[in-house]
Amino acid sequence: MPENPQQVKGTHVELAGISKSFGGVRALDQISLKIARGSIHALVGENGAGKSTLGKILAGVITPDRGQLLIDGEPVTFHSPREAIIRGIVLIAQELSVAPALSVAENVFLGTEPRRAGFVARRALRRRYDDLAAAAGFELGGDLPGRGLRTADQQKVEILRALCRDARLIVMDEPTAALPRPDVQRLHQVIRRLAADGTTVVLVSHFLREVAELADEVTILRDGRLVRTAPAAEETEETMLSSMLGRSLGTTFPARRPVPPDAPVVLQARGLTAHGIHAVDLDVRAGEIVGLAGLVGSGRTELARALCQAQRITAGTVTTAGGKLAPGRGPNAALRAGLAMIPESRKEQGLMLGRPITENVSLASLARLSDLGLVRRRAERQAVTKALGQVGVRLTTPTAQNAPVSTLSGGNQQKALFARILLRGPRVLVADEPTRGVDVGAKRAIYELLASLAADGLGVLLISSDAEEILGLAHRVLVMRAGRIAAEFRGEAMTEAAILGAAFGAAERGA
Amino acid sequence: MDQQDMTQAKAPASRGLPSLRPSAALATGLRRAGILYPFLILFIVLSVWSGPFFTKVNLLDILDQQASTLIIAAAGTLVLVAGGIDLSVGAVYALAGVTAAHLALFAPPGVAIVAGVAVGLGVGLVNGVIVTAFRINALIATLAMSFVVSGLASLVTGGNLVIDYSHPGFADLARTSFLTVNTSTWTMLAVVVALAVVLSRTTTGRYIYASGSNAEAARLSGVRVQLIKLVTFVISGGAAALGGVIDASRVLSAQASNGETTLTFTVLAGIVVGGTSILGGEGAMWRTVVGVLFIALIGNGFDLLGLNPLYEQIALGGILLIAVGLDAWSRLRQS
Repeated sequence: MPENPQQVKGTHVELAGISKSFGGVRALDQISLKIARGSIHALVGENGAGKSTLGKILAGVITPDRGQLLIDGEPVTFHSPREAIIRGIVLIAQELSVAPALSVAENVFLGTEPRRAGFVARRALRRRYDDLAAAAGFELGGDLPGRGLRTADQQKVEILRALCRDARLIVMDEPTAALPRPDVQRLHQVIRRLAADGTTVVLVSHFLREVAELADEVTILRDGRLVRTAPAAEETEETMLSSMLGRSLGTTFPARRPVPPDAPVVLQARGLTAHGIHAVDLDVRAGEIVGLAGLVGSGRTELARALCQAQRITAGTVTTAGGKLAPGRGPNAALRAGLAMIPESRKEQGLMLGRPITENVSLASLARLSDLGLVRRRAERQAVTKALGQVGVRLTTPTAQNAPVSTLSGGNQQKALFARILLRGPRVLVADEPTRGVDVGAKRAIYELLASLAADGLGVLLISSDAEEILGLAHRVLVMRAGRIAAEFRGEAMTEAAILGAAFGAAERGA
Repeated sequence: MDQQDMTQAKAPASRGLPSLRPSAALATGLRRAGILYPFLILFIVLSVWSGPFFTKVNLLDILDQQASTLIIAAAGTLVLVAGGIDLSVGAVYALAGVTAAHLALFAPPGVAIVAGVAVGLGVGLVNGVIVTAFRINALIATLAMSFVVSGLASLVTGGNLVIDYSHPGFADLARTSFLTVNTSTWTMLAVVVALAVVLSRTTTGRYIYASGSNAEAARLSGVRVQLIKLVTFVISGGAAALGGVIDASRVLSAQASNGETTLTFTVLAGIVVGGTSILGGEGAMWRTVVGVLFIALIGNGFDLLGLNPLYEQIALGGILLIAVGLDAWSRLRQS
């Protein structure tokens, strides 16, 4: 392990031409940047711009496809977080991991406990914890149980954990996203102190004001590409925001058909309140695509799930063309009322990966494809073939339908989910990030599909982190922040700047 | 070394995961064939080595002995595919057996049989409610229930063996011969075929697979996952009871502690050796039949060849580990 006490300032970590793709989607494209030792370096960008991926590459969670990582000028390749920790790089992820059954001190030294003859030396552990906490300036009792710690204190545990592993670079992914305001201030002090003591901090953050206040340098990412790295003193919230906009994928969108003025409302929410959302009002008319924008964590997915009865509703109503939905009846009742959903995660909530393609597509429509409980297999096969054809999944042989759905590409898996919905024939579709993790061609196909569904009179609520996608498809945009609808834009007012401003603006005010 | 790693990393990342395909195909293939080849090999080996093996008497005897195990395992397959597990089947088997045997002492055989099966359906319903309504892990819930049910069985018998030798009418259920095959075997065939049709041909069967494969996806597609799981537990309870009643009728006696733990684990072993996944969402009825018969053949083979029966258990355990290991390995490859 190279110790370079003389190299106090200067470049700590350098990235040279780092690229990373996930299943044909380019998450990072030729990123090169230098991070100074003892500095606070912020990574900013929209959802999906690649900032978290970059943080994970630094910490060895993800191995880049191409490019080189240099630490103290020395090329390294990390295959696991463990290898990064050995080189003094630790990631504090958004999801904190504090073991509830262990004390604070035990959590901090988890895996590196001082030992005597194979037993944990409890007294030594406590002594070292107190030293460490004092050095970091934390007041956090080492005997407190991990269970029930506030998020801010859990974060301190994570930071101490990093420090006791001799971390010289800490990557923090959205550390303040879940914190109340006084704790944010305290965490900022901690971060400043870490940097003053020579630890490099890489800060992945949505909060531009935080970045402007805290960071020494800012790297702005857009669409997986580096826009610029600049001293934070030269940036303002406005300059950062404007640099995050204006992407040009070169994607073309299908023509939007205007919604007839007399089109009936097919989905209506009034005062809808559930975990993560408060008093949401919403209307979707037949033939209309309503975009739902907002940052990750702003309550978009919670709204989708509450609408489709996948999540318990605490107050408010959901009304479809068939009338009010009785609460607590679950997604089955929503489907019967003509309300279907493409869930956020096709692997975890959408597909039965090990089951045949046919079964995946017909799942929501079996009642129609059976007699006296017996599945009419020929009818099923024909219906599935037709639905797959409509969504543009071309299988090489008819028997390929029997293959597990996991053998399809990401784009085709997503289309198979659309085929399931199509076969069911709903009147309203709530699509949560329908183009996440699919290639450009499949994206284009899904856009066409959404547009043609709307043209056929379906109401669509389109949730997306991709502002361009929403602008290209939606008749109207709602922006969520902190669990509420913060703004609505239509016509000329629908711009990327307006959407991002509304989405980020809330975050600034909230923090 | 770094350089080499970089170039190796490029190939798979540029286009999905082609490097995994060959071993994934092998994994899928192995899993699909599963226990069938070992079963056929064992069958042929025994036919060649042991004269008495390949005789109608011996083979029908195996089926007759395995009738209750096959019935219980067929229902257990539904439970496992739906993502659950039922460890109470042995206890239910005993409770239903003693209930029916006890009633047969003074009531018509028909009443005894119906009451025995009804008790099992009741326990299955309780299991299902505990697991679905109270969201208690199926393993723990049915384990706890197995103690309760065992206790009930002891209460029914007062700790004694129930003997029905003086009521031979009760034996008709299992021992009536039809086309030279016992009714116990016919009943087993009927139940296994019926449950096979349910699992592979009906909407309920599809929902069972869906619930075990991805419960959230199934729920969002309108499947009433909890109801489906509950139904599988009820069927399992009923089947365990039917097995218990048939065996009581077969030997005209029943007792509260009748090797029920062994039965529970033999049933599970048969299902899993057949290739039905313990994690749910995968499996088939023919697999369970082959798996249970495979285990039966090992026992039969040890008997006929005069091998030390102590090795039988060791062989069984080893085979079980291999089966479960293959399942885990193929899942790893597929993901």
